[in-house]
Amino acid sequence: MPRKIRVLVAKPGLDGHDRGAKVIARALRDAGMEVIYTGIRQTPEQIANAAIQEGVDIVGLSSLSGAHLALFPKVVELLKEKGADDIVVFGGGIVPADDIPVLKKTGIREIFQPGASTEDIIKYIKETVKTV
Amino acid sequence: MAKNIRDEFQRWEKTTLNKVLSKAPEREPSFKTTSGIELKRLSSPLDTEDIDYPEDLGFPGEFPFTRGVQPTMYRGRLWTMRQYAGFATPEETNKRYKYLLDHGQTGLSVAFDLPTQIGYDSDHPLAEGEVGKVGVAIDTLKDMEILFDGIPLDKVSTSMTINSTAAILLTMYIAVAEKQGVKSEILQGTIQNEVLKEYAARGTYIFPPLESMRIVTDIFAFCKDRVPRWNTISISGYHMREAGCTAVQEVAFTLADGIAYVEAAIKAGLDVDSFASRLAFFFCCHNTFIEEVAKFRAARRLWARIMKERFKAKKDDSCMLRFHTQTAGCSLTAQQPDNNVVRVAFQALAAVLGGTQSLHTNSRDEAYALPTEDSVRIALRTQQIIAYESGVADMIDPLGGSYAVEDLTNEIEKKSIEYIEKIEAMGGAIKAIESGYIQGEIGDSAYQYQKEIEAKKRIIVGLNQFQIEEGALKDVLRIQPEVEQFQKEKLSKVKKERNNGRVKETLAVLKKAAQGTENVVLPILEAVRAYASVGEISDTLREVFGEYKER
Repeated sequence: MPRKIRVLVAKPGLDGHDRGAKVIARALRDAGMEVIYTGIRQTPEQIANAAIQEGVDIVGLSSLSGAHLALFPKVVELLKEKGADDIVVFGGGIVPADDIPVLKKTGIREIFQPGASTEDIIKYIKETVKTV
Repeated sequence: MAKNIRDEFQRWEKTTLNKVLSKAPEREPSFKTTSGIELKRLSSPLDTEDIDYPEDLGFPGEFPFTRGVQPTMYRGRLWTMRQYAGFATPEETNKRYKYLLDHGQTGLSVAFDLPTQIGYDSDHPLAEGEVGKVGVAIDTLKDMEILFDGIPLDKVSTSMTINSTAAILLTMYIAVAEKQGVKSEILQGTIQNEVLKEYAARGTYIFPPLESMRIVTDIFAFCKDRVPRWNTISISGYHMREAGCTAVQEVAFTLADGIAYVEAAIKAGLDVDSFASRLAFFFCCHNTFIEEVAKFRAARRLWARIMKERFKAKKDDSCMLRFHTQTAGCSLTAQQPDNNVVRVAFQALAAVLGGTQSLHTNSRDEAYALPTEDSVRIALRTQQIIAYESGVADMIDPLGGSYAVEDLTNEIEKKSIEYIEKIEAMGGAIKAIESGYIQGEIGDSAYQYQKEIEAKKRIIVGLNQFQIEEGALKDVLRIQPEVEQFQKEKLSKVKKERNNGRVKETLAVLKKAAQGTENVVLPILEAVRAYASVGEISDTLREVFGEYKER
């Protein structure tokens, strides 16, 4: 049997809107993945450390406060610095379309906008983790 | 009469109805509200025959206020149109406020950025990326002076969505008023000051629950004498609803929190009739129209009964549930965003038919960013169309007496009581939050809702049905990253120019008050007057009270 995909769902910054993060964490668990949810108010440093310590395959970042451009790329950078750039980082939340190419350039692999289904996210993770 | 109706009802079911049902079944085997209440096909006098009119409905402005809190409702004065606004710097937000007031808005509602709400200055490392994003950044009294520059505080009422740092922002408002020559005794407005739902849903807590409750009740006591026309708390279901709970859960969790605040204030030595009339409420208005109207009516009646029966309030004013409503942010779709204008209009109409005292209508582009000026104007115009064109404001509680609405009002009240009793059995709302029960219930409902959407059991127009190919919305409001630098420089200038000895002194007095049992609000006012920052005052309290960590 193949091992389970391990996912870190994380809330960087001060944003307390965690409905989406919690729903997604639960949906991924129901889809058979091992999911660690960080809780709110995490610094990029805490998130990168947790990703490494927990040995996850992929990190999902959620922010609804507009801080994504400042915080998402930091997580990618820190993972790289710590020699863990094999961990894929994707994100979601209130992210205007124009910001998506900017984030992708910094190494965020995918952004899910409001209305994305948990099914799409599950499919994305399964395909992405397999190809790494 | 009832017997006759019952016979006739059964006859109708057996004949006219069955003839159709046998050929064409209904769209669904059963129809349920978001709260899982099974809706009757047709309500009739049979469903309302147990209502004791004077006891259960009564008259507007009288106990139990089911039909409204004022004797004339909107025939006397329309609800307050209050758009929640704030972004970037106080300078920019001040312009937006003047724009809204110029367009006929009747009250202000301040959105603060997250660092201000969580007690960090703009130059704190944890504030990085968040300065001015979800609201306006306020570091010191200087910013607050800029925010309300040219706005007469004796004329407008101001609502501030501020919780853990409510005492700081309220005293800043008082200090700005002083500078305008306006006495605190005549100031009108609201601070949210509602920490319990921060642990349950919204997340801007700082201190542990008991210490937070102490600040809340200190504010009650302070305002009772010095700011008597101020709403000292806005007991909020909005954020729990936005986090995913149902209409019934919204009523139940909000009133359970309300009970906890009243108990805390009584325990702190306040007489119930001395503060209860200053308690305000804040609800969400979601899509399911009739359920929402019934929800507001049920909440009003249930709170009145709780205050009278449980807390023995003597004054009618103490039993009055006055509330602000905001349309449901989580109902907005990023797909076909113009459809949101229609959603918001229906939600706003339900809030008005439910008897709200003030209203915020969301803007169509909020699934992307904070709203643009154009979008906010449409949202405000939506309220004005309801107020001036629809005619619903010209009658009091026009849906009262509808078999369906009254039946659902009863049902929501009954189900809310069941929940509140369950929470009581756990030791009350604080315990239910500490144990994670309320968060768990909210999370379950949110997950259920999402699954229903994905299974298309719940249709969201433009999202899971009636989709079109469309480009992304381009014209969105952007908060420039320079805002952070601008605030940092302003703060450092204030710190250089103020009397730093005085700041130290006032913070030391505050620390002593926090360590003892003295009211902390007055020392906070003194620190604010000396231009101590939100971060400095919060840190002083952190040293004494410690910080809450999410379980």
